[in-house]
Amino acid sequence: MPSDMKFDEIKTHLSRFSIGIAGAGGLGSNCAVALARSGIGRLVIADNDIVEVGNLNRQFFFTAQTGMKKTEALKDNLHKVNPFTRVEAHYITLDKYNIPVIFRNCDIIIEAFDHSAMKVMLAESVISEWPGRPLIMGSGLAGYGDSNSLHEKKLSETLIICGDEKTEVSDDLPPMAPRVGIVANMQANAAIEILMKMKKA
Amino acid sequence: MKITLNNRKEEFDRDKMTVTEMLEIKKFTYRMRIIKINGRLIKKDEYDTAIIEEGDDVKMLYLMSGG
Repeated sequence: MPSDMKFDEIKTHLSRFSIGIAGAGGLGSNCAVALARSGIGRLVIADNDIVEVGNLNRQFFFTAQTGMKKTEALKDNLHKVNPFTRVEAHYITLDKYNIPVIFRNCDIIIEAFDHSAMKVMLAESVISEWPGRPLIMGSGLAGYGDSNSLHEKKLSETLIICGDEKTEVSDDLPPMAPRVGIVANMQANAAIEILMKMKKA
Repeated sequence: MKITLNNRKEEFDRDKMTVTEMLEIKKFTYRMRIIKINGRLIKKDEYDTAIIEEGDDVKMLYLMSGG
């Protein structure tokens, strides 16, 4: 997208905003790294999981971090990438009661869960609590190949979905780094596009 | 009646229908979804009562596991 801002101005603009990320797995960890590299001011990340060896095929963690809380491991990694992005990490199971509290000061919310039931719960919570707040969902990223099936769809100005909207993770359709990474970066890209049009008081 | 379903015009052979009826007519069976009518979120327990009418803007989003 063309912009009348220079790179430094873009980073300064992005540094004024906060993004909430629900989940720190394949989507959340990679999306957070892309946003930190882009100079987002603050990331609020919530997850209830521990880094396991099986996560390393797609998630932004390292072998030495197995056993750590994903929120803490990701916070360390993001600090190494860009120490100027403030990271608020919540080791918690998100539900409809704590979502409005944890993400209250976020300009955009990114859904980065694994399970579809959690995705529905987050969407319902965010849309009911803040009807006009941009929400960027991930749906459909299993397997490998078929890059052109991955897309960004704007259901409205504030509800965006990234993925192929059809593949579901299973034994023969595992989540793998390339497609998970593409969708995570699509979500980050969509967030930046929205923020570039947003004014901060 | 004519409605907009996910930004596409769709015609139905009736004057109004509930969300549950629309899902049956369209044979939308995958359960993990969110639905909005004219921007308003319709939660699962409202599917039998929320009415879709002429000119409504309906958005439906499937949420697949994986992340």
